[in-house]
Amino acid sequence: MKYIDEFRDGDSARRIAAKIAAEVRPDTSYSFMEFCGGHTHAISRYGIAGMLPPNVRMIHGPGCPVCVLPIGRIDLAISLALDRGVMICTYGDTMRVPASDSLSLIKAKARGADIRMVYSAHDALTLAEQHPDREVVFLAIGFETTTPPTALVLRDAKARDVRNFSVLCCHVLTPSAITHILESAEVRQLGTVPIDGFIGPAHVSIVIGSQPYEHFAEEYRKPVVITGFEPLDVMQGILMLVRQVNAGRAVVENEFSRAVTPEGNLAAQKLVSQVFELRESFEWRGLGEVPYSALKIRPEFAAWDAERKFELHYTSVPDHKQCECGAILRGVKRPADCKLFGTVCTPESPMGSCMVSNEGACAAHYSYGRFRDVARVDIAQAAITSIAK
Amino acid sequence: MCLALPARVVELLPKLRAIVDLGGVRKEVSIDLVDDAQTDDYVIVHVGYAIGKIDPEEAQRTLALFAELSAAQNTLQPSQNMREML
Amino acid sequence: MSIKKNYLRPIDFKHGHIDMTHGAGGRASAQLIDELFARAFDNAYLRQGHDGALLPLPSEGRLVMAVDGHVISPLFFPGGDIGCLSVHGTVNDVAMSGAKPLYLAASFIIEEGFPLADLKRIVDSMAAAALEAGVPIVTGDTKVVEKGKGDGVFISTTGVGIAPPGLCIDGRSARVGDAILVSGTLGEHGVAVMSLRESLAFDTAIESDTAALHTLVQSMLQALPNPSDLHVLRDPTRGGLATTLNEITRQSQVGMMVDEAAIPVLPQVDAACELLGLDPLYVANEGKLIAICAPEVADTLLSAMRAHPLGQGAQRIGTVIEDSHCFVQMNTKFGGRRVVDWLSGEQLPRIC
Repeated sequence: MKYIDEFRDGDSARRIAAKIAAEVRPDTSYSFMEFCGGHTHAISRYGIAGMLPPNVRMIHGPGCPVCVLPIGRIDLAISLALDRGVMICTYGDTMRVPASDSLSLIKAKARGADIRMVYSAHDALTLAEQHPDREVVFLAIGFETTTPPTALVLRDAKARDVRNFSVLCCHVLTPSAITHILESAEVRQLGTVPIDGFIGPAHVSIVIGSQPYEHFAEEYRKPVVITGFEPLDVMQGILMLVRQVNAGRAVVENEFSRAVTPEGNLAAQKLVSQVFELRESFEWRGLGEVPYSALKIRPEFAAWDAERKFELHYTSVPDHKQCECGAILRGVKRPADCKLFGTVCTPESPMGSCMVSNEGACAAHYSYGRFRDVARVDIAQAAITSIAK
Repeated sequence: MCLALPARVVELLPKLRAIVDLGGVRKEVSIDLVDDAQTDDYVIVHVGYAIGKIDPEEAQRTLALFAELSAAQNTLQPSQNMREML
Repeated sequence: MSIKKNYLRPIDFKHGHIDMTHGAGGRASAQLIDELFARAFDNAYLRQGHDGALLPLPSEGRLVMAVDGHVISPLFFPGGDIGCLSVHGTVNDVAMSGAKPLYLAASFIIEEGFPLADLKRIVDSMAAAALEAGVPIVTGDTKVVEKGKGDGVFISTTGVGIAPPGLCIDGRSARVGDAILVSGTLGEHGVAVMSLRESLAFDTAIESDTAALHTLVQSMLQALPNPSDLHVLRDPTRGGLATTLNEITRQSQVGMMVDEAAIPVLPQVDAACELLGLDPLYVANEGKLIAICAPEVADTLLSAMRAHPLGQGAQRIGTVIEDSHCFVQMNTKFGGRRVVDWLSGEQLPRIC
């Protein structure tokens, strides 16, 4: 597969790993946040964490749109399905997010709700046209990569006047989230961790371009390297961050230059601004209310806005008391630090959304990385035993 | 959010759609967001939509970066985009 | 006009549909059994015409019995259908104990309104699969449920076979140091089915690998000077290779170390999995097996597998190791290491 296989080459990986090991300063610790869930997944799936020197730590940020979707939003969708007989269409990841009353979309389906998994927003509109007697709602989640497809579908729904179709919009924005992590007082109260640099999202940047990140580099003096999703991209991105930190630089670099330009996809951006506008505030799981971080549907498309059509009112629902998703999303805690991890909370029975999506820090760690926790425990045990002797 | 893959455009279809090929597997997608895509272009596909194009020269440059032998070589030859950022 | 005596109008297999009378046990049921099932599956035992089949008991060995329910949708897919799948699946389950499959029983639960043309196609496919495998369907049952209460047709097959005495092939027998082998490329069945649902097209079509593996197993056993060197056999169906390996580590209380580079997957299956957001390690196979054997006989076994039409792509993929946590670990092609865990729930394709 062209443009994929070359970027997964093991020999190049070893070479870059050696360079990282050679260039890190032994007395310095490097903490980099990879914002995007796709990077979290790549790091776990390819075992990249194990190829980095011990003083380079990757912090998993809140770039997984499933993980940051608050319980209250899923509740709205479930209620539409169970109480009002609406056909809910959504991407696969969303279906297992735990919501109130021990429900999730997939559990609601077992109770008779009509929940359909779709690969594409387009499929949801098609279903609406195939079932003119039913109300069909597309639960739209995702960052800037996934927003243009939803915009297209709303534009088409209006053009074809498909009256039984609407969108429950939960699209969120990357730069606002990063800013919020860096500067908000509430987040500082909740707890943050020093971040030396960011691995910038890949596909979000194809749409929004590399320009929007210059703000962080300048204002907060944090280097940002926009990085592709293949494992070699990630390693190279980490190397470039290490170099910037060593040199005391804080600029935006674009490792994913084969797909990301400074201005991004202007056609997509224009379309999005025609269909959506900013919400003043939106609750993110783990971050609380974040200003200007999410989108809602413009009045011109009101007839296709599920929130207006069904007069939905959002109610915030707190997470399980012992669920550490919030702290994990901010990088303050690791999955293994959560009391529920691996016991009460597993991919089979997730308590929090970090365990649902393969990109969530907890699911990624559980599926790919938890054998390392055990290794640490075994070594610690052995140390204790040998001391005791 | 990310499952987005580079795939080659093999056939343009009416209404801004196209057939793309990834490793011998073909799928129909929308090119509404990359409406200047041509046959043999590589586009990045996400949830059934092409969202951008791959620049083959930049791809080669990136691969060369991975293969570089020393740190010095890297600072001497920044890519086009990196120069614009600094 | 003369009407032939005892004339019974034959079933219209081209245009007819199943209705409730076909399951009622009366004349319509009998006619369906006669004109469709009995005719297709025909063998001496079926011709006995009893409710159950009277079968000879072999003089030595142990009885192995297996059952499988088949609810696949769509019913017809590239490379097969629910009919041949139900024969292969149960034959394979019996064969995975090292047993020689002898007889099959088949139960059909059919939805009212199901087209007879489709039913005939499925039954003919089962008959052909049973004939090719040399395992007759000796008894069966048919029921009909109201429209809306079934998904076309559900088929359940039970198989019995004889395992030679002294053989101990089961999930608890993997030992530290054993070699882990697979009989060929992985992921084709699941991808063939999913691609149909998602309208993916292929340069070279990916077809389900559904096949009866009992003759492959027999040639593997025959190649070994000491058959008890073959410790585990299992076919990685639902949940794929990853799930099956995890089952075995748990049952045998061991760990495993596999090499991603050694796991055979067709490039198009890889590409289709990328497009669908699936991991080939978790995709179902219906014509492959995993063998775990004493390390000294790994090469012998691989040669025997490769000499058989269903084992030509056989590879050694890893080794059984000591691990009290029973992890299946994998060295990635990329150079890192990761755990290959159980499948969580249904493999929901990622968008991210």
